[in-house]
Amino acid sequence: MHPLVKLVAQRLALGAGTLLVVSALIFAGTEILPGDVAQAILGQSATPEAVAAIREDLGLDRPAWIRYLDWLSGFLRGDLGTSLANRVPIGEMIAGRLENTLFLAGVAAAFAVPVAITLGIVAARYRETWLDKAISIVTLSAISMPEFFIGYILIFVFAVKLFWVPSIASVFPGMSFADRLYAVTLPVATLSLVVIAHMMRMTRAAIVNVMASPYIETAELKGLTRARITLRHALPNALSPIINVVVINLAYLVVGVVVVEVVFVYPGMGQLMVDAVAKRDVPVVQATGIIFAATYVLLNLTADVLAILANPRIRHAR
Amino acid sequence: MAMLLEIRDLHIEALGEDGRWQEIVKGVSLELEPARVLGLIGESGAGKSTIGLAALGYARHGCRLARGSIRLEGEELFGATSEKLREIRGVRVCYVAQSAAAAFNPAHRLDDQVIEAAVQHGIMSPGEARAEARRLYAKLKLPDPATFGRRYPHQVSGGQLQRAMTVMAMVPRPDLIVFDEPTTALDVTTQIEVLAAIREAITDEGMAAIYITHDLALVAQMAHRIMVLRHGLEVEVGPTERILEAPREDYTRALVGVRRVQKPEKPRSGGAPLLEVRHVDAAYGAVPVLFDVSVCLEAGRTVAVVGESGSGKSTLARVITGLLPPRKGEVRLDGRPLPPSLKERAKDQLRRIQLVYQMPDVALNPRQKVEEIVGRVLTFYFGTNGAERRREVERLLEEVELPAGFADRYPAELSGGQKQRVCIARALAARPEVIICDEVTSALDVQVADAVLRLLLRLQEETGVAYLFITHDLATVKAIADDIVVMLEGRVVEQGPKSEILSPPHHPYTDLLLSSVPEMEVGWLDRVLRERAERKARGEAVMEAADR
Amino acid sequence: MRPRPSVLVGFAIIAVYVAAAVIGPLVSPYGEAEVVGDVWEPFSAAHPLGTDNLGRDMLSRLLWGASRTIGVALAATLLSFTIGMTLGYLAAVVGGWVDMVLSRAIDTLMAIPTLIFALVVLAVLPPSVVILILVIAVLDSTRVFRLARAVAMDVVVMDFVEVARLRGERLGWIVFREVLPNTLPPLIAEFGLRFCFAFLFLSSLSFLGLGIQPPAADWGGMVRDNANAISFGLPIPLIPAAAIAVLTIGVNLVVDWQLERSSTARRGA
Repeated sequence: MHPLVKLVAQRLALGAGTLLVVSALIFAGTEILPGDVAQAILGQSATPEAVAAIREDLGLDRPAWIRYLDWLSGFLRGDLGTSLANRVPIGEMIAGRLENTLFLAGVAAAFAVPVAITLGIVAARYRETWLDKAISIVTLSAISMPEFFIGYILIFVFAVKLFWVPSIASVFPGMSFADRLYAVTLPVATLSLVVIAHMMRMTRAAIVNVMASPYIETAELKGLTRARITLRHALPNALSPIINVVVINLAYLVVGVVVVEVVFVYPGMGQLMVDAVAKRDVPVVQATGIIFAATYVLLNLTADVLAILANPRIRHAR
Repeated sequence: MAMLLEIRDLHIEALGEDGRWQEIVKGVSLELEPARVLGLIGESGAGKSTIGLAALGYARHGCRLARGSIRLEGEELFGATSEKLREIRGVRVCYVAQSAAAAFNPAHRLDDQVIEAAVQHGIMSPGEARAEARRLYAKLKLPDPATFGRRYPHQVSGGQLQRAMTVMAMVPRPDLIVFDEPTTALDVTTQIEVLAAIREAITDEGMAAIYITHDLALVAQMAHRIMVLRHGLEVEVGPTERILEAPREDYTRALVGVRRVQKPEKPRSGGAPLLEVRHVDAAYGAVPVLFDVSVCLEAGRTVAVVGESGSGKSTLARVITGLLPPRKGEVRLDGRPLPPSLKERAKDQLRRIQLVYQMPDVALNPRQKVEEIVGRVLTFYFGTNGAERRREVERLLEEVELPAGFADRYPAELSGGQKQRVCIARALAARPEVIICDEVTSALDVQVADAVLRLLLRLQEETGVAYLFITHDLATVKAIADDIVVMLEGRVVEQGPKSEILSPPHHPYTDLLLSSVPEMEVGWLDRVLRERAERKARGEAVMEAADR
Repeated sequence: MRPRPSVLVGFAIIAVYVAAAVIGPLVSPYGEAEVVGDVWEPFSAAHPLGTDNLGRDMLSRLLWGASRTIGVALAATLLSFTIGMTLGYLAAVVGGWVDMVLSRAIDTLMAIPTLIFALVVLAVLPPSVVILILVIAVLDSTRVFRLARAVAMDVVVMDFVEVARLRGERLGWIVFREVLPNTLPPLIAEFGLRFCFAFLFLSSLSFLGLGIQPPAADWGGMVRDNANAISFGLPIPLIPAAAIAVLTIGVNLVVDWQLERSSTARRGA
């Protein structure tokens, strides 16, 4: 077998294994409470009947591993269970919200990725000049700030003082694409700022690293133009680290939406999960948790596989 | 004759750690006629690579050409615009780097990189350049010249890459090629082949060259004139014969001088061996490295284990010290078998065999003072502490010819040679019977290395310690060994007393190894190549470098 | 290398915050949960930073919050270093299957996004200070493990460690005398980064209402409590949020410098 195929297959198998363990961990995460989960969910003042009802709902009389297998097989069949709080099937609760969250993250990614890579290349090209240092200070500040700080500053300036955009990102079914885009301006800006800062710093580091390679010196000593050195000699080698940076940051984005959705009261999965945690609605927490975690695992897996594919030493094995 | 390259009073500066510019080349002038070869020789830090790059009007990141003049056929490169320099680089002056493995771009095929300069500068069409590359691949004796260029850099050996890099420099037919230590990373038997190929090619093509190296014997084979550099200054310059036969400066004399260290072979005592390696097979995981290796060391003697990279000589040291338990066979000390693994050995067994490493930089803990480094051994093995320990450390430092006050220094405050002496003092502190010396002089400059060898010989006379000397450097072997073990690909090909091994008839590999070591003599390379050709013509068995 | 002005700014910021955390509750003009005025009063001599959504003095709550927020984050960071470094060094020095098992386990734990894992756990556990410290420390220790193992691996392959092994030294000597002193500089920088992470993470949890619980003052919680003020044009939630941001910026400025310093020191060696 070609070593490339073998490596990718190994990586995919490892990814599948990781997903399985992650699902078990998330299930176990809600089981670690010493004593009775039902009692803990309802609090000390709960009536015995209510406790009994929840115990039955969660199937607490059966061993944990059987409940896990049930839960997992249900999940794989698309049955995400029922909410404890309002008795609605979780699948219905999540459907629209998942779409909203993906929309928010997608728009942010579409904006942030090109900007961050461009800035990273510019900073690397003009490294150790005032421009590079200025970009460095700004991005360092941006990654130092909590998302909600950036979010509220943007709301204060652009929504409350300038009235340019709405402060609350309300979207609803049937909204036109343009209206939706307008509604999510601020959350997208908030997410983008943080992600751009991370991605740009990592892109810069990757390019500086490649530009310091001896083969770049070889290219310079051949008298090649700067454009050719960058495009032909640096880029193919910087590609794999940059792809990695992008995908890792997309994974970050998926989780970063949680706080941003709460700031902007955006009807997405993050908001739903936080509410469910506050209400101790365990089945909803499990379902949303596994969706977030799986997305994260899959994106990181993609990064690994792309990195393997972009490596010439593996592609053209001896 | 008109000069091809004229450098006048060149000053080059490097950015120091304190953020200030420091001169690393302090006013060097040189000139080079067309189709001639100038050798630049010096130790690390002499500024030779920096000067070589300046011939292309180039300074590395963190360096700058401060003042002076660099003229190529009268055209000034110093302060020239980058457009102007681009028309020179890869057209009229080309560069061959020390590590071709790093200097080739891993993402592209060899051919695409080899013809790039010629095609990009419009010197040749891609088709012409490819044909020219194929012709030169053949000329440099690369395998399958027609298809060689289709491979990626990581798919060919180090020696082949170095030749491919030479082809890359020659395809645009430049007036001048700068060779920057092109064979330093290669094994000695590969080096001679690459050397011969490079020389033939530049002579036939009528190109001028600057050949940079730290090895005077080597550059004497390549250059018409030699410039000796030290600390960024010219020591002397002259025709190769003159530099070798009548050096004017002390420094040059030291470089030319045959090693002053010369130890007569000690006769065998015929007593029981002190250290014995018996029929050892060893492997790293599933990869076998040693095959039926037997070596024997008598008290007070020196056995030199010689071999090139991959010969298994360092693995042998790991087996003896117990870092790598052998698959088969055993190691005996004083007639009793040693437990195969380090963990099973008694403290006293560990004490009796000490190791000195190649790189003193990483063999000393940078966070410990010399007193702690050497003293820990005393505390650990003999329970010596306090003032007594301090006295003993100072005595050991004097033993290795270092001032007693060095006990309070950190390794970073010592030079390379001083660090290696501390490593020797640390080994001595255990009062060992065997010291394994693993390439102990190869990271040191020639003169420092000689002094360390002399120290080791004196210590042997005083303490009667036995040395197992692992090295790839035959000059060192000739200087200090009593017995020699020659290794190739994990096997011992020949062993015996120095006088026997070094005089004919040789095993074919020993012969290849011995004849590949550059000698301080003009015309050595021609002589060796001629002899090899004659013997081949006579149908004798002549081994060739594997060049993997 | 001389510190840049930005580094001095960083140190000054850290000094002010440490002072606030240590003596904040002692010098605070009012009690932590004491209602002293109207809702969202403007800045005045009596209330230099105004009042919050329940009429409590903002400055007092900021000072009380300093010791709570910084204290919990610091405790979590210390604990995460204890766990992460112990396991990381163990993996690097012992190697073999110990390393494999630990690395695999940590990799899997790191495959779950930190916030999501914390949310899942906090869905069933009460958000007490101890639980918060434990959760943050365990999640954070995975990163410490990775770094500690990596830097220790770099040192373990050095010849001077082999010298100690060949001498017959015990594991304790090798870890504490040979490896540890050579791995501290990058780990010091990492301590700053991990503290920032713990601090931001705790603030985010509190902001989501799942961290330190009211009426205890906590900066993330204060942002949440006063979030509605924004729609009235009052920048009140920005005050505690800025307090969070300034500290992390300060720590990052120092960390950046420390990282650069240790990398040039290594190159110089």
